[in-house]
Amino acid sequence: MTAVRKQPARPDARDSRRILVTGLSTYWGGRLAQALEAFPEVEAVIGVDNEEPSVELERAEYVKVGAQHALLRRVVEAAEIDTVVDTRLVVDSNTTSSSKAHENNVIGTMNILAACGGPDSPVRKVVFKSSTHYYGCEQDDPAFFDETMRRPHPPRTPIERDIVEAEASLGEFAERNPEATVTVLRFANVLGRDVRTSHIDLFSLPAVPMILGFDPRYQFVHEDDVFHALEHAVRNRTPGVFNVAGDGVLALSEVAGLLGKPYAPVLPPWGTGIAAAALRRVGVRIPPEAMNQLRYGRGVDNRRYKAAGFHYTHTSREAVLKLGEHMRLHPVVRGAKERYTYEREVEEFLRWSPHVRRSGSSQAAALSRDQIADLQRLLAAAGNEDDGGPSEEDRLAAAEESARQAEQAAAKATERAKKAERRAAEAALKATERAKKAERRARQAAEDAVERASRAAQVPAQQESPPRQPVDHYDELAAEEVIALLASLERNDLGALRDYEREHANRARVISAIDSVLARG
Amino acid sequence: MAEPVRTTLSVRERGPTVGSLVPSDALKDHLPGVEPERRLNDWGRSERVEGFFDQTLVEFFYRYWFRAEVEGIENVPSSGGALLVSNHSGALPPDATMLAKAIREEHPHPRPLNITVEHFFKGYPGFSALLPKIGCVAAHPANVHRLLHDEEQLVLVFPEGRKGTEKLYKDRYRLRRFGRGGFVEAAMRAQAPIVPACVVGAEESAPVFAQVGLLKRVTGLLYFPITPTFPHFGFLGMLGYLPAKFKLRFLEPIEFGEGDSYEDKALVQTIAHEVRARIQENLWDMLAKRRSVWFG
Repeated sequence: MTAVRKQPARPDARDSRRILVTGLSTYWGGRLAQALEAFPEVEAVIGVDNEEPSVELERAEYVKVGAQHALLRRVVEAAEIDTVVDTRLVVDSNTTSSSKAHENNVIGTMNILAACGGPDSPVRKVVFKSSTHYYGCEQDDPAFFDETMRRPHPPRTPIERDIVEAEASLGEFAERNPEATVTVLRFANVLGRDVRTSHIDLFSLPAVPMILGFDPRYQFVHEDDVFHALEHAVRNRTPGVFNVAGDGVLALSEVAGLLGKPYAPVLPPWGTGIAAAALRRVGVRIPPEAMNQLRYGRGVDNRRYKAAGFHYTHTSREAVLKLGEHMRLHPVVRGAKERYTYEREVEEFLRWSPHVRRSGSSQAAALSRDQIADLQRLLAAAGNEDDGGPSEEDRLAAAEESARQAEQAAAKATERAKKAERRAAEAALKATERAKKAERRARQAAEDAVERASRAAQVPAQQESPPRQPVDHYDELAAEEVIALLASLERNDLGALRDYEREHANRARVISAIDSVLARG
Repeated sequence: MAEPVRTTLSVRERGPTVGSLVPSDALKDHLPGVEPERRLNDWGRSERVEGFFDQTLVEFFYRYWFRAEVEGIENVPSSGGALLVSNHSGALPPDATMLAKAIREEHPHPRPLNITVEHFFKGYPGFSALLPKIGCVAAHPANVHRLLHDEEQLVLVFPEGRKGTEKLYKDRYRLRRFGRGGFVEAAMRAQAPIVPACVVGAEESAPVFAQVGLLKRVTGLLYFPITPTFPHFGFLGMLGYLPAKFKLRFLEPIEFGEGDSYEDKALVQTIAHEVRARIQENLWDMLAKRRSVWFG
């Protein structure tokens, strides 16, 4: 390693405490939520997705939303979210159909940003997981793309088009909300044990397929570095766009060598598309965006994020080596680990039931994942030392150490329990306050109504003037949101609302909904 | 979305959300470290492949076939970035490899030379896999800047580009237009000296008698020349150089002061003209002193 000047990471002056993670069911969302809930200063982690989470979560809450995230604004406002991490971008067209990917990538991003924007929004930071597919792969590319460069040609594949569009809306958002910190992280091809990408599928074949006469340059990032990078953006202030890719750009032939596999130039340089279609028949799916990469390759300049204080744990080469190890081990250990399935009732019981006791003793027994890993590492280290010459002292020290760790864990657990209690009390307080506020508001509304009525009686001429907005910011609400509000309104207000709606937007759905509420009495 | 048009002169285009916390000079410290286990570098250059060619083909041509003679090797700096600028000729140009070999053989501190080539080669099967391995990089302004400024390496450019290798035997040693001065801009931005270089002998070793437009289109190549051995001996005929005597001369470096700005188009053009004039003058001088094409 060359001398890397140590730059202190800048902790965010306005800490991120209440965090919303989109795409909770994706590998990244789940992993990030797990990492974030371990920080004591993080008050709330809320994950939204349209599918159930795929990893076990301790205190992060899961909210099911539609694929378009249309009602996200209400979640954001209700939970006073200050940081939104968007991890749900689809960057691999093998995983879903292109229309679904478009819906998720472009429309979803638009809606999420709409939920975060505006002067009265509590959101102060947006972190967006993007991809280096943004740059594309073309013949006249520079060898290293840096963040200030744009792609030399318009995108040709649907996924690349989506990514460019999504980033454009991010840019617009950053311009409109200058007080918000917007971080866009463009990740190179990800390799790792738990993640599935079409490139990993290609590398899992008995030989690495290549286009005859081409040896493209590839840059990879290890899966650990991906969520560390997202975490770094959440915990520090790093506005701007950053490439995230491991050090080192490898030639594809070198990758094959590191994996210990031969490479097979089975794709012809001309008519590659036809050959790929034939391969698809036999079950080897090469997505179009990977096709360009197999021909021209891509390297990115990763220095800017390093300068912002981020440290990579793996170089590209190490990521490939890790993948190779995993591939050799996978057939042996397959199925040994049980998969997690989300069960709503169980999760809700664990989080909210008054019968769940988080006393110190029960928690100390259940060490957290990290603590277990630490313990194992310690024991392994002790075991290694024993190999040279078994010394009783070392083992004793290790045992002591582990005992100390267990104690610490217990202490931490107690603290956590206390915090949970405090949180519950706080929540109760808040609820009372909210109720009071609602009462006050209702009283005021009633007074307003009386006043309005009297004014209407006094000045009949003013009857011509348009009815006032019965609800604050009524014009900004969508039809669904209005309908959701109806149940909480008084009869007179409903009448006023009906008149107002007829005068203005005149949405048939809203009017019929009001009528039905009125009819129900 | 409006499509940005990339000009050859500008490295950067402004995106909407780019905010930078660090000036670009500080990024120099964050260059990736060298992994000693690797045999390729980040540009795709392979020690193994380069070494193989260097010890066989290039060695043979340099020492026995062209019997290269080198003047002014001391003008090539032994540290820091420098931009070598040379005249260009030959169907499969031998001048670049000979310049690289000269620096490797004669220089007191042998350094690798990065040869800039057209983007075309990245898209042509075979060339695409081979050229990066022997030290060629695409002639993109950003690539040149990174090599010169950040990695402080030697870079060789041929400002004549394709116009130089396309020209016929009858036009030998007459320099073509020197592009749009992009190479001067690149050197000034990187604060690296320009070292002009002259190559005599390459024109006679690979004379081009004609260009066939139709075959160029059929093969998809950059150009399709008729040489003494190509196309009738196939692609290997591209290597059928005549044994002309090679003479290489490195001229005194042109340094840039702190105040010189690469945004000053007039200054850039003036320097580009000056470099071209110096190479042309020295070429005439070397030709005047040469008694025989084959024996020097």
